[in-house]
Amino acid sequence: MALNIAVCVKPVPDSKHYDKISIDPVTKTWNRTGIPMIIGDLDKHALEAALTLRDKFQGKVTVFTMAPESTRDNLVEALAMGADEAFLLSDKAFAGADTLATSHTLAAAITKTGPYDLIITGNESDDGSTGQVSAQLGEWLGMPHIMNITHLGYQEGVIELSVVTENGSVNYEVVLPAVLGVTRKVNKPRLTNVMGMLKARSKPLTILKAEDLPVDVRQIGLTGSPTQPGDIYSPKMGRKTEEITGSPEEIADRIILELRKAGISV
Amino acid sequence: MFQFFNEDQKMLQKVVREFVEQEVAPHAAEWDEKDVCPVELWPKLGQMGFFGIFVPSQYGGPGLGLTERNIILEEVSRHSAGLGIAMMTHELAIAAILNFGSEEQKQTYLPLLLSGEKVGGLSVTEPTGGSDFGNQSTTIEKTEEGYVINGRKCFITNSHIAQINVITGTSGVNEKGRKMISTVIVPEGTPGWTAGRKENKLGLRGSVTGDIICCDVKVPHNCMIGNEGDGTKIAMHTIGHFGRSGMAAIAVGVIKGCYEEGIKFSKERMVYAKPISNLQAIQFIIAENMVDLEAGHAMLYNACAIYDRGQSCVAEIAAVKLFTSEAAARASKRTIDLMGGYGIINEYPIGRFLRDSMAIIPSGGTSHIMSIIIAGTVCR
Repeated sequence: MALNIAVCVKPVPDSKHYDKISIDPVTKTWNRTGIPMIIGDLDKHALEAALTLRDKFQGKVTVFTMAPESTRDNLVEALAMGADEAFLLSDKAFAGADTLATSHTLAAAITKTGPYDLIITGNESDDGSTGQVSAQLGEWLGMPHIMNITHLGYQEGVIELSVVTENGSVNYEVVLPAVLGVTRKVNKPRLTNVMGMLKARSKPLTILKAEDLPVDVRQIGLTGSPTQPGDIYSPKMGRKTEEITGSPEEIADRIILELRKAGISV
Repeated sequence: MFQFFNEDQKMLQKVVREFVEQEVAPHAAEWDEKDVCPVELWPKLGQMGFFGIFVPSQYGGPGLGLTERNIILEEVSRHSAGLGIAMMTHELAIAAILNFGSEEQKQTYLPLLLSGEKVGGLSVTEPTGGSDFGNQSTTIEKTEEGYVINGRKCFITNSHIAQINVITGTSGVNEKGRKMISTVIVPEGTPGWTAGRKENKLGLRGSVTGDIICCDVKVPHNCMIGNEGDGTKIAMHTIGHFGRSGMAAIAVGVIKGCYEEGIKFSKERMVYAKPISNLQAIQFIIAENMVDLEAGHAMLYNACAIYDRGQSCVAEIAAVKLFTSEAAARASKRTIDLMGGYGIINEYPIGRFLRDSMAIIPSGGTSHIMSIIIAGTVCR
């Protein structure tokens, strides 16, 4: 049976450049200027899982992301890696979305372009790391959803999974369709080669706006987000030096006092 | 940083960098220390499409250009200039066959070299020198059955690992009484072809350099590339464009290594509770590294663009080879200065960069030879 697989990826700031990220103390937004965006590491594992299944059982892999249009190259990269088609969900109306609004938007795009046998995501994103989108997608789409997957196989319409738990692992057999969240252990993502890179430009990449999707506008973007980030700030890295003088006993007393003031139990 | 790559070239840079970070960077110091060339990587490099990226699709390549070829060499050499020169030399065999070979030679050898199934080499330099090209002692004698090659080549990169070899030699004299230089392909396993002495080099370790000894090496007539007497044209075009631009790309890779490692170290190294990147003397070094990198990039990819437009650019490539190889030596020396005692510790790559840069200078022609080529071209 050929498999029609959707993969959701998230462009995130390249962690090699995290030292350049700053936070605007007034707007509380991240300044990512000059920091390249990459496909999240776990999302590459999700894409590899989909490509492996397609290569073995035939079918099609379609990649989705909800992000600004500037991340188009990240989707081209996914196409270069081997995906067949990509959809970039990009609209000002999607801005400020939390995980619930994001998953609602992704689910709408999946519904519109589907049906799919499988939806695969990374277990969590590299930046927010909430680990919520995969399960939320399952709920929006009315499909079974399983996360923390360390092994993934397929046989005669049934997906065989190993899922890591706190105390060990559980094996599942899942009847399709389903939503899966994979960990790094599931595979080693392939590297993009030159031929894949050149083919990518001729593969379909479509930008979808809010009006193109069957979404309830009250459930997308900032309006559709029941959660908002709390305070966000850069830790203070400044150092202060103070010379403590006096007799050894006085110095020791002062050190203990200062440690207690800093919240250290002595 | 160089801003004029197109979208495909930018993606290629990213693709190569990702590969290099996984497959090259973790092993570069070991290849240097043990002085071994990672031949086992060849099929992987072939699968990635990194060999013969300038080869048209009818011979199995993607049909890109010298620019893309040198983007690959630069990124590889950012971590391993030794692997860089081994790949560069492999591609000299590809370039010679592609640009001057017969249809049969292209169909036979290019797929093997592009896939990394076989390693390629080009043997030109002799003990009497490489730049005195017309005075070669190696002979390529025509017989009824084919050609017989006798002679010794030295300082040959890939000497002990190459399976498909291109070699130059004299094949008689022309009507003016001058030696005629010819170029032939020596297929794998041809009797009489042996690798001799292996050099213990200062830098570019991780590539094999040594002698090639030809003792009555017999090849059929269809191994001649072009016509008898075309050897100078073939070698000069191949070395002048693919060889020296490749060495320049390797040098730019080393400069980039110095630039990036210098910044990283200076931000991490604390003195008086502050990173040394705050110190003006250190900033001067970082700025000079950036100047060399920017200039090297601009010169290299300008020369490549000229070639990719279909024009000869021997002088421009000689200029960039001269500048970047000397700049790599300057950048690595000053980055060692930046790092103080750590600069000479082999746990850091900068010492290797200095040794590599010293070995890059004579590879493909010394800086003085580059000056002669430049002046000889522009004063013509």
